[in-house]
Amino acid sequence: MKIRRLIAVWASKFAGYACKKMGKQGVTWAGKIALRIYPDILKEMAGEVKKGIFAVCGTNGKTTTNNLLCSVLEANGQKVICNHTGSNMLNGVAAAFVLGAKMNGRLDADYACIEIDEASTVRVFPHFQPDYMILTNLFRDQLDRYGEIDITMNLLARAMKMAPDMKLLVNGDDSLSTYLAVTGENAYRTYGIGEKVLEEDAKEIREGRFCKRCGAKMEYDFYHYSQLGAYHCPKCGFSRPKLDYNASHVDLTDGLAFDVGEFHVKANYRGFYNVYNILAVYGAADMAGASLENFNRVLGNYKPQFGRNELFQIQGTKVMLNLAKNPAGFNQNIGAVMTDREPKDIIILINDNAQDGTDVSWLWDVDFDRLENANARSITVSGIRCYDMRLRLKYVGIDSVAQPDMERAIQDKIQNGTGNLYLLVNYTGLYSTHTILKRMEEEKK
Amino acid sequence: MKLTVGHLYPDLLNLYGDRGNIQCLMKRCQWRGIESETIAFELGDTIDFSKLDLVLLGGGSDREQMLVNDELKKIQADFKAYVEDYGVVIAICGGYQLLGKYYKTDQGTIEGLNLVDLYTEQGSPRLIDNIVLKSDLFSMPIVGFENHGGRTYINDNRPLGKVLYGSGNDGESGYEGVIYKNVIGTYLHGPLLPKNPQITDYLITKALERKYGQEIHLDPLPDEEEKEANDYIYHRFVKE
Repeated sequence: MKIRRLIAVWASKFAGYACKKMGKQGVTWAGKIALRIYPDILKEMAGEVKKGIFAVCGTNGKTTTNNLLCSVLEANGQKVICNHTGSNMLNGVAAAFVLGAKMNGRLDADYACIEIDEASTVRVFPHFQPDYMILTNLFRDQLDRYGEIDITMNLLARAMKMAPDMKLLVNGDDSLSTYLAVTGENAYRTYGIGEKVLEEDAKEIREGRFCKRCGAKMEYDFYHYSQLGAYHCPKCGFSRPKLDYNASHVDLTDGLAFDVGEFHVKANYRGFYNVYNILAVYGAADMAGASLENFNRVLGNYKPQFGRNELFQIQGTKVMLNLAKNPAGFNQNIGAVMTDREPKDIIILINDNAQDGTDVSWLWDVDFDRLENANARSITVSGIRCYDMRLRLKYVGIDSVAQPDMERAIQDKIQNGTGNLYLLVNYTGLYSTHTILKRMEEEKK
Repeated sequence: MKLTVGHLYPDLLNLYGDRGNIQCLMKRCQWRGIESETIAFELGDTIDFSKLDLVLLGGGSDREQMLVNDELKKIQADFKAYVEDYGVVIAICGGYQLLGKYYKTDQGTIEGLNLVDLYTEQGSPRLIDNIVLKSDLFSMPIVGFENHGGRTYINDNRPLGKVLYGSGNDGESGYEGVIYKNVIGTYLHGPLLPKNPQITDYLITKALERKYGQEIHLDPLPDEEEKEANDYIYHRFVKE
């Protein structure tokens, strides 16, 4: 054991601990320190993972998919390194390994489940090449940071070339993810939902309606949401591949249930998109030859990550916190809010910090008009760009009140609301909102 | 009165909340009792410019802009005649670049519609930030977001405004956008029109005046939310 490696582990563990004490998320800082002290640390530690490394990429669903995969492996007695908090750039990835090491600097892990920001793959892969990559989907997200979706796809294609032995598991319902798999050199399998489940919303903005291969307009037998669905190109024949892991008999009436092959999945999750997340985990575990024995038990025990249908009880008010950071995610969350027919209050928080994307024009690609039928008694807009959000709602004929201070907005609805409060927040608002809710929940006990 | 808006190829050119620009034009007509309609054109559709009062040309990714390019050649002559006859056009981002003679990139040169005497060349870095302008046309500042690699040179044309914060056309001249007859070209999205009701009303006024051959004075609207959102950006980025 090199002494520098040991120092790097101690220093970053200390940094992580100190930040936690101060109530800050210090994960990326811990990773940065470790890499600074010992640049090879990530390469070395990744090499010590015994059975396999999974990378989880894609615009939406990364954190849920990655953490669930980790839980499934752990339930079968495996030791797993995982970046649970969703810190998914190079420093966050390094932190997962370093903070997962023992005080003697050693790593004892069977698997690593690492979600990686799409654009960061080309920075992470020089340190290690994963054995498997799950690609959940590609939607519009943070156009200011990544530029167009084409740029993200080019980066992913480059990353895949850097790891020729990596096997891919891609969402076959997404023509963009599928295109990357079929045009690349890596071995791949696909997952998807073979049958039509939801009624379509024709107005949704759909990325990738034009064939990536030849440019012709794609035809769809049906859509699930956004551009996900059963597609084919009438000109060049590019089409949804045969699905290796195909969800059928999808039932959303009580939690969600579906079949994949002979296997029946039953989960206490809400949100159609979770069919994809669970299916991806099933496929990844199967590809890696991991045991699926405790799969349904894990799904039953699984507590959502913060900001994914996370429930709080504060002074008799039921508070549901959801992260919604791009149009596809927002539209899905609005759908989830609408399945609750009870009267409710809604608070939407929009920030424009670097991690959120400084450009908020994506708000106009979200179908907020549907909130008109959400049985909402009040809608409050909060966050740095609350005035943009308020204006957005005005143009679909929905009144809202601006309260830039989130804590006040929440307090007001707990005191004067319906007892049923939904919070939809984008990225940098999530941690602070979560902290506020935790504190309120503690105080009121 | 009735306003008909032609939205060119929203299937391909719909980056950055362009949908908001259409919603804004429609609503601001409706609120004043002016009938309004949007026709969305797809590739291959015949466009009768004589039936249109306002044309919106949005932005797409470079790849999508290439797909549109062949189509644009087919409509170029009609589009040019419309512009010369004071037809109203709002062209944003990629659409703004397409107004000109060409857009020279590393991968080759994309021919433009040649409607306005301007051209664009790819530069580095991409210019990405909030942006604030002051235009001679309006007392209210113009606010938005810019995200473009291209540097646009407008020759002797009049710019839309002076840059108070941000980069603008080429990152150096201190000006943003172009005004030619009743055409406005600009890099600003955000989307442009909701936070800048002064531009929206200017476009509607010009379009109705051209159609009905009379002076138009639109009823004022309260615009509380519009002003608040515009004000916020102005005060955050422009030091007085």
